[in-house]
Amino acid sequence: MKRTPRPQATIDAPIDNRAFDLLSGTLAMVLALHAPHLPWWLSGALALILGWRWWQRRQQTGRVPAWLKLPMLVLLTLVVIAWYGSIFGREPGTALAVGLLVLKLLESETERDARVGISFACFALMVALLFDQGLIATLVVALGLLPALATLRALQPARLPTSTRRTVLSNLGLLFSALPLALLAFLLVPRLSTPLWGAPSPRQATTGLSDSMTPGNFTELLTDDRPAMRVSFDGPPPATDLRYFRAYVMGYYDGRGWHRRPPDPREAVAAIEAGTTVSYRITLQPTRQRVLPTLDVPLQAPTQSRMQPDREVLADKVVTEAISYAATSASRYRLQAVLDPASRQRSLQLPTAFNPRSHALAAQWRQRFGSDDAAIVDAALALFHDGGFRYTLAPAPLGRDSIDDFLFSTQEGFCEHYASSFTVLMRAAGIPARVVTGYQGGYWNKLADYLLVRNSDAHAWSEVWLAGRGWVRVDPTAAVRPERVTLGASAAAGDQRDWYRNDWLQDVRNRWDVVNRWWDQAVVGFDALRQRGLLTPFGIRNTDTGMLGLLLAISSVLFVALGLGWALWRREARDHLRAAMHRLESKLARRGITRRSSEGPQHYLSRAARALPTQRHELEALMNLYLSLRYAQDHPSTESVRAFSVAVREFRPLDVVK
Amino acid sequence: MAPLLQRAQQLAERRLPSLTRYRRAEKLPIELHRRRIYIVPTGFGLGFSVLLLVMLVGALNYANNAALLLTCLLGAASAASMLVAFRDLDGLRLGHIRAGHAVAGQPIELTLAFDSSRVRQAIRVELGRDTTAFAIDAGAVVHLKLMMPTTRRGWQSLTRLRVWSNWPLGLFRAWSWLHPEQAVLVWPRPEEAGPPPVAPAEDARHMRLLQGDELAALREYRVGDPQRHVAWKASARHDNLLVKDFERAQNRPQWQLDWRRLDGLDDESRISRLARWVNEAHAQQRHFSLWLPGNIIPNGSGPEHYAHCMNALAQLP
Repeated sequence: MKRTPRPQATIDAPIDNRAFDLLSGTLAMVLALHAPHLPWWLSGALALILGWRWWQRRQQTGRVPAWLKLPMLVLLTLVVIAWYGSIFGREPGTALAVGLLVLKLLESETERDARVGISFACFALMVALLFDQGLIATLVVALGLLPALATLRALQPARLPTSTRRTVLSNLGLLFSALPLALLAFLLVPRLSTPLWGAPSPRQATTGLSDSMTPGNFTELLTDDRPAMRVSFDGPPPATDLRYFRAYVMGYYDGRGWHRRPPDPREAVAAIEAGTTVSYRITLQPTRQRVLPTLDVPLQAPTQSRMQPDREVLADKVVTEAISYAATSASRYRLQAVLDPASRQRSLQLPTAFNPRSHALAAQWRQRFGSDDAAIVDAALALFHDGGFRYTLAPAPLGRDSIDDFLFSTQEGFCEHYASSFTVLMRAAGIPARVVTGYQGGYWNKLADYLLVRNSDAHAWSEVWLAGRGWVRVDPTAAVRPERVTLGASAAAGDQRDWYRNDWLQDVRNRWDVVNRWWDQAVVGFDALRQRGLLTPFGIRNTDTGMLGLLLAISSVLFVALGLGWALWRREARDHLRAAMHRLESKLARRGITRRSSEGPQHYLSRAARALPTQRHELEALMNLYLSLRYAQDHPSTESVRAFSVAVREFRPLDVVK
Repeated sequence: MAPLLQRAQQLAERRLPSLTRYRRAEKLPIELHRRRIYIVPTGFGLGFSVLLLVMLVGALNYANNAALLLTCLLGAASAASMLVAFRDLDGLRLGHIRAGHAVAGQPIELTLAFDSSRVRQAIRVELGRDTTAFAIDAGAVVHLKLMMPTTRRGWQSLTRLRVWSNWPLGLFRAWSWLHPEQAVLVWPRPEEAGPPPVAPAEDARHMRLLQGDELAALREYRVGDPQRHVAWKASARHDNLLVKDFERAQNRPQWQLDWRRLDGLDDESRISRLARWVNEAHAQQRHFSLWLPGNIIPNGSGPEHYAHCMNALAQLP
């Protein structure tokens, strides 16, 4: 007796080529998702190793020998330590994990190896989201689960041959059927109010506003198209030339750049007389700073933040995740109508022995216009407008007397240069002045009525104090390039835009931002606070952890019951012939010909034919058909059964002849 | 690890009547249903849930909602795979079992006919230490061949079969016992060597008459041909072994294989000697009759006769 060879279901059996291909594909996907934040040479080397191993196993199955594997392992660890300085932390840890995952493929031969590899790959997929939790990134990572699931399926011993499409579809089906439960768990899993261990390192370099400004350090920011914040207004949005969002006020100039004054807790918040006010809500992307940009000028600090003397708003904690806050600002106002001597002194501070020509120019203006501060402001703006100044994102470098160099020789720059030199000129002329940074402009999204402000909308302008009017916002950049204020930074940059900042492309990106905003609000920004307010519509103001756990348990049970219902459901083999006969019986019963329990179909239908002599032929035909279908054959064909039920449907019994 | 698990399982079966409900043999066909399918996580499933827990804590710690969503999705998909594993077995039907022939000590081939109304993949059937996997299409019948070890001749009831599946992801293992009420007949093992049967007198005369006939024809060697019939000289000139053919079975001496003539032997030895003779007679395509206590099988030849005789020998008390 010969035994046919059969696949053995042992863990140690080598996996087949299909499973190995899928495993390699999964790892390639993981590697591709991590490539953006790994050093390029490491990604390249790992990709080469992966490709080589795949090719090598095609030639001959078997593990890669240890003398090749161990040096690679040591080399990987050394390289990570050399590059990052440690193997702990998010970046080095990720690099090491991805490297180990690829090296795991070298020894992946058995089912157990493949399963360990896939589990680890799932973990690595999740880690990729720690770097970018945007909608697209999340979708791509979720798609990365497909090859992982397909690999697990391919490890099963006896499968019916299916196409790749079917496999993809069945895995997608599994994920989609799991989606409701996943969403529910997502809503109800209690969030941690404080992290268990070190949250992401704040030293990670992000572009964003900073609390000091040296002309030139905005360049990176102005080419960064990522959203900085989104603003939805309670009423109509303010006019384009009023869309100034105040972040930092910088009052100290050291000759090179502007710095924020350290706040003095004893100092009172500058008084403000508000004219028209605007209420709005801002969703701010993580900045790793404390400042909360607000529309110029905020009246009240939002919750969990403090208003500073110069009407900057600083949050109590560093903003490490997207937050949302409501605020009210005055778009027409009189800020600090009375300037006390100390403040005035501070607002006139200038380092000595810098920028002599600027000082001379300011002195000349002061001489010409006397005590008319407003006229000096206008003179300075006129200088920018008519003095041959150019707006460019790539200005020439400046020397020690940077303001002099800018004003009298290079004459090109962007908002920082203009704001900085204007403020210096004002101070030199004896007018209290300071630099304000923040955002200006933004894209008004008509689809969802909100203002999208990108990092590239970062802006710097000046405030001068004029007697009787308080601090007045002056935007010298607008004097040079009015489009900067009306159309935005990218329009002002003219032909210096990169190809990908094309108009139509930018437009598409701006429209697509609706989806991103939704994602950021609904998913990324769903924090412990929002979770507590989850049940507010049902009258429960504060949903605590125990409540969440209970809800999670109850609804999980509900889902499990649904799932069980599906699992236990079996399609009963329906007897169509019997159903059709039932229909005929009930039709006849309506005419008073009821089938008795002792009556067989033949007897019953003959009796019916006698009772309905006009339809005798029809009834006899039905009877013969039924008898032949039911008793003359084992499995009547579907077509003939259908013909019988159609005949029954078309049969209309007439009134019984009494 | 494995013996510990086995002990735990035995304990569970003793203590939990629902697990033992189907330990009794039952009539075919057997259809698996929800009250007899059990689901446990596999080792991989346990490891994977630990991984999910790590992912959950990581996502919560970094307050990363996208990662949390991914973890929830993976967790929910794992839970759903449990139901898929259950559905893989639920409604599977074992229609009938056919047994082959085997002598005691050799494994006997069983053919299990499974049918199903829907597609099922990667179902494993475990018999002893032997595991066989199969997939079944909707409405199809799969004939699964299994080998069951045998020890002694006679009727042997089927051992319990374990049917299990960890389709689709290998995280959960759904399993059930199949204990069909069916026995297979194991033939007696023939003795290795022994004397040839004592031929009756008239048969011996018949044989002498035919002695000159031995080189009448040569044919190719067939398995079972006695060695002394091989035509060695003739074979040396050919690629294949040639056998001297004493064709035409009716001219061959008939054997009367009689239990009563085997004096001085115990029952089992008699049975194994008779089994050897039956084997030889069948291989030489002789006519033979078998005389057993209370059962006389008249002269005959061919596979059916052979199986009849072996069955009779197997069923002797």
